[in-house]
Amino acid sequence: MNSFTFTQATAVAGAVQDKAAHDDAAYIGGGTNLIDLMKENVARPTHLIGLKKLGLDTIETLPDGGLRLGALATNADTAWHPEVEKRYPLLNQAILAGASPQLRNMATDGGNLMQRTRCYYFYDLATPCNKREPGSGCSAIGGYNRVCGILGTSDQCIATHPSDMCVALAALDTTVRVSGPNGERTIKFEDFHRLPGDHPERDNTLEPGELITGLDLPAKGFEKNFSYLKLRDRTSYAFALVSVAAALELEGTLIKDARLALGGVAHKPWRDKEAEAMLVGQRATADTFRRVAAKVLENAKGYGANTFKIELAKRAIVRALKQATEMNQVLDTNAFQNSNP
Amino acid sequence: MSHTTDYIGKPTNRVDGPAKVAGTAKYAAEFSVPNLLYGYVVSSPIAKGKITKIDSAPVLALPGVQQVFSHENVPSLAFLDRSYKDDVAPGGSPFRPLHDAEIKYSMQPVALVVADTFELARYAASILHIEYEEAAHETELVKHIDEAFEPGRGKTGYKPPKSRGNFGKGWKQGVAHMEANYSHHAQHHNPMEMFATTVEWLGDKKLTVYDKTQGVFNSQQYISKIFGLSKDEARVISKYTGGGFGSGLRPQYQLFLAVMASLQLERSVRVSLTREQMFSFGHRPETLQHVAMATAEDGSLTGINHFAVAETSQFEDFTENVVGWTGTLYDCKNVELGYRLSKLDVFSPLDMRAPGAASGSIALEIAMDEMAYAAGLDPLEFRIRNYSDFDQAQNLPYSSKALRKCYAEGAAKFGWEKRTAEPGSMRDGKMLVGWGMGGGIWDASKMPAVVKASLDADGHLTVSSGTNEIGTGTYTIMTQIAAESMGLPIEAVTFVLGDTTLPESPLQGGSWTAASVGNSVVEACTKLGEALLKQAQKMDNPAFKDTKIDDVQFANGQLRLRSDETQAVVLRDLVQASGEPKIEAENSTVLAKLEMLKPPKYSMHAHNAVFVEVKVDPDLMTVHVTRVVNAVAAGRIINPKTARSQVLGSVVWGISSALMEESVMDHRFGRYMNHNYAEYHVPVNADIHDIDVIFVSEEDDKVNPLGIKGLGEVGLLGVAAAVTNAIYHATGKRVRDLPVTIDKLL
Repeated sequence: MNSFTFTQATAVAGAVQDKAAHDDAAYIGGGTNLIDLMKENVARPTHLIGLKKLGLDTIETLPDGGLRLGALATNADTAWHPEVEKRYPLLNQAILAGASPQLRNMATDGGNLMQRTRCYYFYDLATPCNKREPGSGCSAIGGYNRVCGILGTSDQCIATHPSDMCVALAALDTTVRVSGPNGERTIKFEDFHRLPGDHPERDNTLEPGELITGLDLPAKGFEKNFSYLKLRDRTSYAFALVSVAAALELEGTLIKDARLALGGVAHKPWRDKEAEAMLVGQRATADTFRRVAAKVLENAKGYGANTFKIELAKRAIVRALKQATEMNQVLDTNAFQNSNP
Repeated sequence: MSHTTDYIGKPTNRVDGPAKVAGTAKYAAEFSVPNLLYGYVVSSPIAKGKITKIDSAPVLALPGVQQVFSHENVPSLAFLDRSYKDDVAPGGSPFRPLHDAEIKYSMQPVALVVADTFELARYAASILHIEYEEAAHETELVKHIDEAFEPGRGKTGYKPPKSRGNFGKGWKQGVAHMEANYSHHAQHHNPMEMFATTVEWLGDKKLTVYDKTQGVFNSQQYISKIFGLSKDEARVISKYTGGGFGSGLRPQYQLFLAVMASLQLERSVRVSLTREQMFSFGHRPETLQHVAMATAEDGSLTGINHFAVAETSQFEDFTENVVGWTGTLYDCKNVELGYRLSKLDVFSPLDMRAPGAASGSIALEIAMDEMAYAAGLDPLEFRIRNYSDFDQAQNLPYSSKALRKCYAEGAAKFGWEKRTAEPGSMRDGKMLVGWGMGGGIWDASKMPAVVKASLDADGHLTVSSGTNEIGTGTYTIMTQIAAESMGLPIEAVTFVLGDTTLPESPLQGGSWTAASVGNSVVEACTKLGEALLKQAQKMDNPAFKDTKIDDVQFANGQLRLRSDETQAVVLRDLVQASGEPKIEAENSTVLAKLEMLKPPKYSMHAHNAVFVEVKVDPDLMTVHVTRVVNAVAAGRIINPKTARSQVLGSVVWGISSALMEESVMDHRFGRYMNHNYAEYHVPVNADIHDIDVIFVSEEDDKVNPLGIKGLGEVGLLGVAAAVTNAIYHATGKRVRDLPVTIDKLL
């Protein structure tokens, strides 16, 4: 870890100005990922701008019936907020599937979007990594890539975005509010994170100096039929091998609306709108779910140690959709998962 | 007659519990000494080659950086290999930190940056520019089976496996057969407390060394020999150890580096390793194993063949007993055993909880399950039919063996009789249910240990020995044994350990501490009792005039006649009457040391039987270990509470080995890639459900006077195999490469 200076920002405009005034500055919210990366020498900011005194930590209902999550609200406060629990239970489940209570108490909602990949090679300075050091090569390809992606990968990078929360936010059509040197703007969630392409060093579409100020959830929360299924190497405190956020609007067994997003499989939360369209107008049956699952994984590519994720993801999609349909029956794996939040 | 000072065998809270909970228990990196410098280790990014350049100048230019140590400026030290050998060093040439430019393995320490603060040392280490010339490395065991060789007897405790009978003949005699390959990957101990040493420079080469270790005397002799220090100059202290599991059996390189830096800079120095660097030294070696078995019509084993190849480093032949147990655990005339090593560009493996047995029992106990199925027998019935009533490997009777009771009581508690044999035949709702079992065997050992017992004028007993507390409950059980021996309330007894100024005790390992130090506590207390009786006889109490030690007893703070309990004298009065501040006694280990030369008359072992239930999601293939019953026969249990904790920890580790734990190496880099707690998976609470621990009664007056067999390792045995066998029973999938991660079941 290198030496750094620190200022505690008290206003968004000041924070943005401070960032522009320094070459290697970073915003810091809960610090649960950034401090780790600094200790490992993966991130070497020379100036940190503290955000905890900005406010922006409230959760408020919007006039259109939506919900605004302040960027500095903690993951824990968000998950357990009465409006989130009641109207966006998918988000509640996804947040609680991630990290540990201690981390969720520190981690902020804006920071959750900004966390970096957990690819082994990104974290280890002894190995090449295009995301950490552009042009050095991708060690995960041809290496130990159990945690890596199977969808939307490039020959430069097969890293995944590690968040659970973001998978639900993607499924729920969230809008990201940002402030930057050129003022305020909003970014559709699906446009926020990027695929690696030729620039895996860029995780998202934020412009230099831009700061996330909030997340707007639309009114529709799919509170009746939803499921967040996370499959991992242990029951808690492990990143997803595959996770699925599924949300349905049902009329009897007829699917009126559907949302489907995957975690642990791509450089961004993987929302598949074509698959969603395939579901709408169909009956909620295992057959339908299997066809949709096959479609989602149609172009998936395995890299050896992670090839199993293709089959696992298909099964997880079917199970998550089934669970979303049959909310009255708690299927067994979910019971194990949710008995230990 | 009930004594209020009877403690042996009673559940007793940890005497060191309050200190640990309150945070007053200090670990090696927590000792504050004045004017401390901090060392940070730089680790090699390559697995093999040599250092061609170290550019220290920019680092040394940073204000507050005191020195950069590397092979270029390390002082001239002991020359011979034997100076670097510790108590449990395997055969070969021990690794010498910063010795020369050669890189022998990935993450080898290549430099130590010493600075005024930890943060500065860490930063300075991150900018230290080192150039390397890489050479081709070999780290993949499976590619080097052909070169594997039979190791010599280089390491203490290693017994080359002995075959008997004629396996080929036994195989032909059999009517049912099994044959399969098994493997598991490397594991790193990863105790919570990372390795650290704080060296306090007391002037004139005199050091107090706070070290993370499982043996203060081992650390002391290591640094004494290398740096030419006397015992007085190198005092080593380790009062608490935040988990060992074998990792602290050998001195690790931070000890060398901290002492070297302290002597060179004539300052106090602390060196602590990072979590990543916890993957830079010993580990449980990967093994590749082959087992073949045959049975006769009646299910009796006619032949067993068990062969293992394990990794070792290029510089030492690390050996452990992987296959030897197979020749003891089951009754069979024809047993063929083989064990070989293959040298790779890795650090030397290191004893890790139940070294060898944990690895061997994975293959043996899965093979027993496969053989039971092939022979059409229930796995428990199959083991009972092949029960060993006589140790055929050593050709000795057992001192005691209550494994049958483990089978019976474990199976009854688990409800094994309700098991249906067919894989996939048991369900709970939609979940597949699998029941599997396994078991194991571990040595009941005892080593010479010196203990001092000292009673002061307030009636407080201090008992001391230079053993270690690695979390197993040593402080507590020794206090119990001493309190009961002297008939004192437990609050009136203090056990002191972890200091080279105390009487000499062996390394804390091998499951021998309870028996070794525990029996010595009794001996020291007996000696103290004799001294107290002598003092009583000096006083004008006619009751004790011609009494011998066997005529008296110590209870409720008194020395009293067995024949007439009303004839008693309070212990503290004896000390006060002596005119001395305390009365002391120490046991002698001369006989114990001589006895180690004697051929054993009995086979002395602890045993266990493990029953496991898994529930497997039939679509997603997620595995949940919902119930475990571990029945253990380990002689006398001193403290059922701490003993249960040890076995609970073993079960959790067994589940870990079965389902998730492995150090994964990328052979292109020769480097472990999941070197942190986020990616080196061990179970969390949510993975652990019901665990029942049963200690079956087992009286043994031959193993040692207290009848203790030790519990550190035996509880782990058979757990991983039982989980794997249960998965087979649930799913019909026989996985022979551990851990059984989800990808192997899809």
